[in-house]
Amino acid sequence: MADEKNDKQQSEISRRKFIKNTGYVAGGAIGGGILGSILGTNFLDGNQQQTAPESTDEANNFNRALMYFTRQEDFDVLSAATERIFPEDDNGPGAIELGVPFFIDHQLAGGYGNNDREYMQGPFYPGSDFQGYQTRLKRRDVFDVGIQAIQRESQNEFNASFLDLEGEQQDEILQKFQDDEVDMKGVTPTTFFELLRSATIEGAYSDPLYGGNGNMQGWVMKEYPGNYMSYIDEMEEEEFIEKEPKALRSHMSS
Amino acid sequence: MAKELDKVEVVTVGVGWTGGIVAAELTKQGINVVGLERGQDRSTENFQHIHDEYRYAIRYGLMQDLSKETITFRNNRDERALPMRQLGSFLLGEGVGGAGVHWNGMTWRFLPYDLEIKTMTDEKYGENKLGEDYTLQDWGISYDELEPYFYKFEEMAGISGDGDSMPLSAPRNKPYPTPAMKETPITQRFKDAANNLDLHPFHIPSGNLSEAYENPDGQTIAQCQYCGFCERFGCEYGAKSSPNVTVIPTAQETGNFDLRTHANVTEVMYDGNRATGVKYVDLQTGEEFIQPADIVVLTSYVMNNVRLLLNSNIGTPYDPETRSGVIGKNYCYQIQPGATGFFEDEKFNTYMGAGALGAAVDDYNGDNFDHADLDFIHGGVLNVTQTGQRPINSNVVPNDTPNWGQEFKSQSIKYFHRTLSIGCEGASMPHRNNYLSLDPDYKDAFGYPLLRLTYDYTEQDRNLHDYIAEKAVGIMEEMGADRVEKSEMTDHYNIVPYQTTHNTGGVIMGDDPETSAVNNYSQMWDVDNLFVIGASAFAHNGGYNPTGTVGALAYRATEGIMQFREEDGQLVQGKKNSKVTKNA
Repeated sequence: MADEKNDKQQSEISRRKFIKNTGYVAGGAIGGGILGSILGTNFLDGNQQQTAPESTDEANNFNRALMYFTRQEDFDVLSAATERIFPEDDNGPGAIELGVPFFIDHQLAGGYGNNDREYMQGPFYPGSDFQGYQTRLKRRDVFDVGIQAIQRESQNEFNASFLDLEGEQQDEILQKFQDDEVDMKGVTPTTFFELLRSATIEGAYSDPLYGGNGNMQGWVMKEYPGNYMSYIDEMEEEEFIEKEPKALRSHMSS
Repeated sequence: MAKELDKVEVVTVGVGWTGGIVAAELTKQGINVVGLERGQDRSTENFQHIHDEYRYAIRYGLMQDLSKETITFRNNRDERALPMRQLGSFLLGEGVGGAGVHWNGMTWRFLPYDLEIKTMTDEKYGENKLGEDYTLQDWGISYDELEPYFYKFEEMAGISGDGDSMPLSAPRNKPYPTPAMKETPITQRFKDAANNLDLHPFHIPSGNLSEAYENPDGQTIAQCQYCGFCERFGCEYGAKSSPNVTVIPTAQETGNFDLRTHANVTEVMYDGNRATGVKYVDLQTGEEFIQPADIVVLTSYVMNNVRLLLNSNIGTPYDPETRSGVIGKNYCYQIQPGATGFFEDEKFNTYMGAGALGAAVDDYNGDNFDHADLDFIHGGVLNVTQTGQRPINSNVVPNDTPNWGQEFKSQSIKYFHRTLSIGCEGASMPHRNNYLSLDPDYKDAFGYPLLRLTYDYTEQDRNLHDYIAEKAVGIMEEMGADRVEKSEMTDHYNIVPYQTTHNTGGVIMGDDPETSAVNNYSQMWDVDNLFVIGASAFAHNGGYNPTGTVGALAYRATEGIMQFREEDGQLVQGKKNSKVTKNA
């Protein structure tokens, strides 16, 4: 028993060294300031191997499949768009690595995509800028027509699929949606864009139980500890207190 | 065909703070009360997995199911009102405990000035300082009369505060039941800055309790753990005062309280003189029932109190053309002047906190400052709060930053712990064009018309906003922020972004049946055995969160209900046109 424990500690230490020496984590480079928070979450899991633990996760993660979208290309366009909204950068992973596209796909398959708890009775009128969401389309339909419109607009502007555009060209296309400068049927481009934008941020930062915020890296970037039961003994501290993030999983009794 | 049930003494519509208070007070006296609640039952056990920003703060897990019922909205009478299809500007509650489950816990008493605002404003600044379109009126009760009821609510809820530090707030006869919450570097910084500016800072009176407390009914409220999940969440400790840990168990322990959940009331039965009961749908079976009662008490949220009266043809609907009628009149919201400070070299533990943890000043609230040379009246409580910042909802970036893309990402990450905000509950004065009525086109799931909100900002709002926002900027600069941004008002009120759930008015109280709907016991002038309790009774909206005042009015109303059982008839002599009055 004692030896086993010792072995485990040894392997954790070597992993720490590995991370420190290479700065390579979960398929992307990250800054040193974040390192402390990552240790003890992903890397203290004794089952993982030294080499790219993410890829092992991915292969066995049966959650990474499509619940709502039916065409791979639609999902890829969605993925590319979310990555422009929340890109990988010096802070850490972007939307794709965080799992945001799967988060959105899974949300669209359920009550959110079906507007279960929203008033969806007619008649429908466009409304002023101050009256909010006014479309007979459900959120899942808004994503469908929005993704089609992104492809159409990419063809019109650049004669290419959105997937083949340079990042800045993709931004140009998305900006036209935000600015209401695209023809769309059933919903305004701005409504679609704002939905895409808010869903991307939600997927980056929601509890990992929903499929986004992969390995809590969204929280790590923001130095957000997720949820702790109490801060009563730390409220008066002057210094900023960094904590390893905790997910809701820790609240389950089994 | 609705099934008629056996008659009961008292039926309440909605079981939140006001329904809970009515139930607790009456059942303790041996009176049988039926509480009808359209949502589900719930208690502290339901909140064990509550630390989920996405489920509760973003997807509104505890809020009203709008697929069954919402409101419609327009900025003015020339516009077509359209449904608020998803929640935004305000978050309506649903389920046992109502909005008392997901409130933050800030517990104030409206100022003496609020209750006699018309008289006191006219006396000091001359008549019509605001012009004739503002339908300002007194509440028909003085602060001294209401003071014991404020304390009754605070004592029941165990409110934590330090009354000695609040010289400009409403005067108190007794200290708060529990001491103020913890001082933190953030509250201290606000207080230091306010003191430097010769203001009078203090800790916000809180329903998140500083220590465990047993209230006079024998209910225990636990000590707050500062976990940062209050607003939009229930409390897994039972440490946030709520109806579920106080008045509802008190009522249930008497054996005289019949709580029926999934009971959606659609109409108040009315014979032209008295309320005879209510009609409701059991949402689990679809069956329709009529519950006859001696006394009917509307204890749902502002919106539904108004809507039930209108859908039941009780009282005269307000007409903005002729300015006659009272139901739906004096709808008010709140405006929120403020300032955000960006700190380059400091990080704050903003992820920790509690819903009502904060510091405030009352120097610019009510008539605590001279308005003689100002083009508005009233003001609001300026405060800094440490409620627990969460990552989806809090992405504060400097104004010139785009709201997506690489720059947004890095700025929102950088500033997550490096911004502090000063906010304000800015008082809202009633205007003839802001009101509630029935929508002519849109219906709820049961075929009844939706409530229609007609509302926009007024000149008073804008003038107040600009003046108070400058004060917020001054305090934030004194707090040492490297960059300070002042809040801006939009061209029109917008139903989309969350602002505040402090809606008020529509069934307002006063001393004149011509201009108010209920007397100061929340008893309808037109219908002696119908009481309508809640922020719907506010004749205007003050510069604070409303719950303390709602609680006081609810305790006052329960006394009225008990008195009515003895005496029948109107409990208050109206200023004019009153019906026969027992006390006359």
